Amino acid sequence: MNKYDAIVIGAGHNGLTNAAYLAKAGLNVLVLEKNAYIGGATVSRELYPDWKYSNCSYVCSLLRPEIIRDLELPRHGLQVVPYGGGVTFKENGDYFGSHADHERLLREIARHSKRDASAYERYEADVMKQTRLIRPFLMRTPPDPTSLKPKDLKELSLLAKSFGSMGEEGLADTMRFWTMSIGDFLDEYFESDVIKAHLAGSGIIGTALGVYSPGTAYVLLHHYMGDVDGSVGAWGFARGGMGSVSAALSKSFLSFGGTIKCDAEVGQIIVKNGKTKGVALANGDELYADIVVSNLDPKRTFLKIMDEGDLPSSVVTKAKNFKIRGSSGKLNIALDGLPTFTGLPKDSPLCLGEKHFSDSLPKMERAYDEWKAGTWSKDPYVDMLIPTQIDPTMAPPGKHMMSVFVQYAPPKVNGGEWTPEDKAGFEKTVIDQISNYSPDFKDLILHCETRTPQDIENEVGLTEGNIFMGELTFDQLLFNRPFPGYAQYRGPVKGMYMCSSGTHPGGGVMAAPGANAAREILQDLRLTNTVPGGYDDD
Amino acid sequence: MIPHDETMMLKTPFHSRIEAACEINMWEDWKGYTSPQAYTEVEQEYFAVRSNTGVFDISPMIKYRFTGPDAGAYLNRLVTRDISKIGIDRVAYTVWCDDNGQVMDDGTIFHLAENDYRLCAYARCLDWLMWSAEGFDVTIVDETADVAALAVQGPTSCAIFKEMGFEGIENLKPFGITRFPFEDSEVMISRTGFTGDLGYEIWIDPELAEAFWDALFEAGKHREIRPIGSAALDMLRTETGFIQAGVDFVPAEEAIRTGRSRSPFELGLGWLVSFDKPVFNGRKALLKEKKEGSRYAFVYLDVEGNKPAEHAFIYSGDKEVGTVTTGAWCPTAKTNVAFAQVDAKYGKVGQELVAEIYYERELKWTRVMAKCTVIEGAVFNPPRKRQTPAPDF
Amino acid sequence: MINVDKKYDVIVVGGGHNGLVCATYLAKAGRKVLVLEANAALGGASATSEFSDQFSVSSCAHWLFQLNPEVASDMDLKGHGLELTARDLNTIALAEDGNHLTIGANSLEGASVSDEDRKAFVAFNKQMLKFSKLLAGAFNRRAPKLVEGNLTDRITLAKLGLGMKMLGKTDMSDLMRLALINIYDVMEENFENDLLKAAISLDSLLGSHMGPRSPNTVFGYLYRRMGDVYGFNGPAVVKGGMGAVGEALGNAAKAAGVDIEVSSAVSKINVEVDRATGVTLADGRVVNAGMVVSNADPKTTFNKLVGLTNIETGVARRVKTMRMKGDAAKLHIALDSLPDFKGLTKDQMGQRLLIAPTMDYIELAFNACKYGEYSKAPAMDISIPTIHDPSLAPDGKHVMSVIVQFAPYELEGGWASQKENFKNLVIDRIADYAPNLKDKIIDSELLTPADLEDRFHIHGGHWHHGEISLDQILTMRPFPGASQYGTSVDGLFLCSAGTHPGGGVMGLAGHNAAKEIIKRGKSA
Repeated sequence: MNKYDAIVIGAGHNGLTNAAYLAKAGLNVLVLEKNAYIGGATVSRELYPDWKYSNCSYVCSLLRPEIIRDLELPRHGLQVVPYGGGVTFKENGDYFGSHADHERLLREIARHSKRDASAYERYEADVMKQTRLIRPFLMRTPPDPTSLKPKDLKELSLLAKSFGSMGEEGLADTMRFWTMSIGDFLDEYFESDVIKAHLAGSGIIGTALGVYSPGTAYVLLHHYMGDVDGSVGAWGFARGGMGSVSAALSKSFLSFGGTIKCDAEVGQIIVKNGKTKGVALANGDELYADIVVSNLDPKRTFLKIMDEGDLPSSVVTKAKNFKIRGSSGKLNIALDGLPTFTGLPKDSPLCLGEKHFSDSLPKMERAYDEWKAGTWSKDPYVDMLIPTQIDPTMAPPGKHMMSVFVQYAPPKVNGGEWTPEDKAGFEKTVIDQISNYSPDFKDLILHCETRTPQDIENEVGLTEGNIFMGELTFDQLLFNRPFPGYAQYRGPVKGMYMCSSGTHPGGGVMAAPGANAAREILQDLRLTNTVPGGYDDD
Repeated sequence: MIPHDETMMLKTPFHSRIEAACEINMWEDWKGYTSPQAYTEVEQEYFAVRSNTGVFDISPMIKYRFTGPDAGAYLNRLVTRDISKIGIDRVAYTVWCDDNGQVMDDGTIFHLAENDYRLCAYARCLDWLMWSAEGFDVTIVDETADVAALAVQGPTSCAIFKEMGFEGIENLKPFGITRFPFEDSEVMISRTGFTGDLGYEIWIDPELAEAFWDALFEAGKHREIRPIGSAALDMLRTETGFIQAGVDFVPAEEAIRTGRSRSPFELGLGWLVSFDKPVFNGRKALLKEKKEGSRYAFVYLDVEGNKPAEHAFIYSGDKEVGTVTTGAWCPTAKTNVAFAQVDAKYGKVGQELVAEIYYERELKWTRVMAKCTVIEGAVFNPPRKRQTPAPDF
Repeated sequence: MINVDKKYDVIVVGGGHNGLVCATYLAKAGRKVLVLEANAALGGASATSEFSDQFSVSSCAHWLFQLNPEVASDMDLKGHGLELTARDLNTIALAEDGNHLTIGANSLEGASVSDEDRKAFVAFNKQMLKFSKLLAGAFNRRAPKLVEGNLTDRITLAKLGLGMKMLGKTDMSDLMRLALINIYDVMEENFENDLLKAAISLDSLLGSHMGPRSPNTVFGYLYRRMGDVYGFNGPAVVKGGMGAVGEALGNAAKAAGVDIEVSSAVSKINVEVDRATGVTLADGRVVNAGMVVSNADPKTTFNKLVGLTNIETGVARRVKTMRMKGDAAKLHIALDSLPDFKGLTKDQMGQRLLIAPTMDYIELAFNACKYGEYSKAPAMDISIPTIHDPSLAPDGKHVMSVIVQFAPYELEGGWASQKENFKNLVIDRIADYAPNLKDKIIDSELLTPADLEDRFHIHGGHWHHGEISLDQILTMRPFPGASQYGTSVDGLFLCSAGTHPGGGVMGLAGHNAAKEIIKRGKSA
């Protein structure tokens, strides 16, 4: 049988989510995956015997609870365990510990600056105001502001009402927040370098911008708008690695009667008479469906697996101009034991959280300057975690797995492809940096997988290795994502849809794009909606 | 650099004594300090203050010190009251607002000497204090950890102090400050408190804290002095009509949702606002509110029956007009009292309202619609609170 | 001069162009207005100064390209002596090898520019102009309040909304995207030629604390192109230097009945509780008026003149956090004769010359500023006004005026010890393009942002009186809560470039402030 109701291209978390909702509505759905395994960038891979690496995405917060519950992911094996806190190590041997306990966090901030401890409460309230504003729109399709359709007008007025509820000054502050740099924003609250540096990380992770680039304050928000069990802004580990997310999604999908084919790379979306008819695989096989959903990023979707002749020229231009920049790399390391960090007792609860080694904004900005100049940062911003401290399933007892997210790494080095020497140099930079703060770290390394943006692109299929499938700047958010006029998941060809992180509300393992796209597809097919609405935040 | 365990729960200078006395091991986190909820039994602790003397460790209270030529002008811009009217060795209760006239916190200002003030507050606010200091010649120091403090409250408190040799303490007027020698140093005593009874607060060098505690309890042993925890204090403040930040109102800068903060007028604290002084934070907005009217009223309710009205909805007829922020049965006044925020037009004394109260008995929840009446304020307000010279019991 | 017998309705603090415009409109509406200017000449940053014996130069702004025509005609600037000796000049992006690119209003020449680029340039111009025209609709009126707005505000919003819709679907969606992104990407999307990309990039960020890769810079470009909407097809040179603009405005103001006193610095705006009552001058005199309009930038107004202690903390915080870091310096050179620029004729030397070979060059120059360093290879905007106006220098001699971007206001280590080094470095850099420059130099003067602050009383030496970026425009300019010219102090208004619509010699801030004051009538 090679005829389906719908074909979803790419078994990443959004593709699987989309497929699950379509299958739940009774459609006969096929998911095609180019790799031998599912998950896309949401995987747990055994690249070293007995170790599991979440070798792309590595933490979980944004995954919408509505979807976890609705697709019964816990029953299908997903367990999310929150982790608390984090540390930013200072060059002088001290550190800033972001304790999970609120009062203890404030005491720790006060250790660096008493004024900042009191400013933190204002900061928290102000960021939460923005978070509350955006969260209700995660599980909704963005309105088209150029449209006069009742549905769009209704959604627009809802948007306007939410923004209006902030009050005149509140709205002005909101607009400032969305257009400011994270550095300028934090300067309005804090005086301590290390506290600003610790908080600024969320403004640049996965983004080809520096802490002083306008627009980065919003990126911070993107990392704050998730929650674990209603604790907004909290992050957790998926037990068994991020692959458990895609495993659970696939089981849910299969339980609705869906089909997944791996090792099935799509070469082309077949378009006839302005309508999608199916896909042609790279090996020449053709599979048919009137609905084709692409979970590939917008650039790959429109420039690689669609024929330019099938598309309006404006879409081709828009896809070409779509900002999707490789800015980060990753090290996944198997450790013979738990490394110690100078100055931080091994039993400190801070050890369980993320660790950073950039103690000032200028240091982070310089890391960005190096990326702009075409190389990886020599003193990078890293987001490092050892999930095995909480999750026993990822390494043998007593052994550990370390995930190091590295910002910045360019998609090309000085304009050329990454050479093995470049990659070794990148790896050494990161390992040396960590070793500066952890003397026994190097000796504990059993295996290290280093992934440049180019590796991520080649393996996972994310253009330039961009983890969000498109920069999270305001020109590419909401009704501008992936581009104006195509933000409602429908492609330019009848029957063709998009469901990747390149669509609203964007990247992170959120699954909302997949779900929102399914809702639009079902609406077009006049089928009963199976996608849940968002929880009311109040 | 401070070692990391400094961020563990802090201990007040009285901790050794408190720990020894805290028989039921009920603790809570008060702005980072280990603070007792109760020592033995809450009711007993409550009645100690109403009948004898109770001692509550207020060292964790956030304390800021302001010195310099502009200290007075600075505070006058910061808070709603006219600071120029507070003489040296006097204390004033006040609130301070943001530019929108919304209350950020309440607290007490101690005028310690010329150009020298202390502010005691519920929440940390150094950030706001520092922003407010732009342009003023004032030095601001967080002295929370530098001053140990106890509230010594109850009808026999004055007598106990006399027993300790603090001669003339009985002549200290409410909101007055005096000082006595203690050991080689001195103790500062103010006739202030959060219980609505005769009582004092003592302020002392942390080094002398334990010695003072010992001397106090020695002097008070025949007058049934006992330490009390926060649970008893909460009953006491309710009975006497004191509001609490974070419970009865949301501090303005911490409010996330538009419209959740309140002005002084809306908290029944309009008497703390003086328009007859130079510009102060919130002035413009408060003037406008005074002219155009408030959105809400903060009311004290005498609630029918004996079921505490905590978290109850308040109705006028069928219309929901507000909610209770604090509600409790008052053991001395034998009154069921509640504080509530209601729509402004239901705030007049004598207004009849209805509280929808839920209570539980052996897992059975029952709903009662209790009639209630808006009353003036404190249901417990004994003359000894104000009497000078203070009585012995 | 101050007329001691007159009871002034309004005192305007600062005789910069916006102050004079505002004063004139108010006087025409029947108000008794006094303008007080600290410097000896009117015009503020539209100034001419003799920086070396017999050599004069426009000492801050050196081109006129954004003056609003409505303001110019209402003031009758022509009638009051304003004369342009050249206008609609081309911009020449200099190449070290002499293969320069000449950028006209709608054409490109030289630099082996491709036909694709030529075509793309025309299309790009067309679209940008369309967007600038749309923005112009919001420029000559107060920035609308979005939530609490009254009818006037809602009409402005409706007009803007309608204007957006009128753009059509394609342009509208382009605008939504473009306004927020950086000029670097837009250049890469549209053009190949490095000089062209760099020249447009430089235009989008001159005077601000941004590099081509900073998001928001496309907005900066639309802002600059407002000049085209106002009838300028390129920069113009003012006879007598930019100070002549101030002079003409001063004449217009006087003709309208405004009293003006120069060399009369205001040291304090007097406030009684929360109402402005007048000003105190540096010499101790007190002048009362029912209203004070400050043409000083918002930071100077509140920090220095009103005093942060006389306003509420929230406003004081807004004042302190408003971003206003000047990154542009001015270099003035007295020349014995014209230097030889590789590949330029004399006529071409009279055009606007840019040194910014690539976008990365500018970005790198900006990098330095982020860390409090000056750029070792700065970008420049050069004018040789004496080619059009010989009156500025002795016969046959010339003056060169250079805007040097990037030199930070707060230089690590301070300017005192490094100013000379920086000046020499800048001159060396120009000499790369004009090898015999140094032989021609009679005298030179460098004004750092700190010097500009001292001379023109602008905090941070920031020409625009506050960074022009998306978080500081419209209802956010100068800061939330003070966006419609009124302030938290009754009777105190702002009319400087720090308010909507912003900097540049445009005159609209003064125009809009006056209209707002007139509209509010007695309630102001």
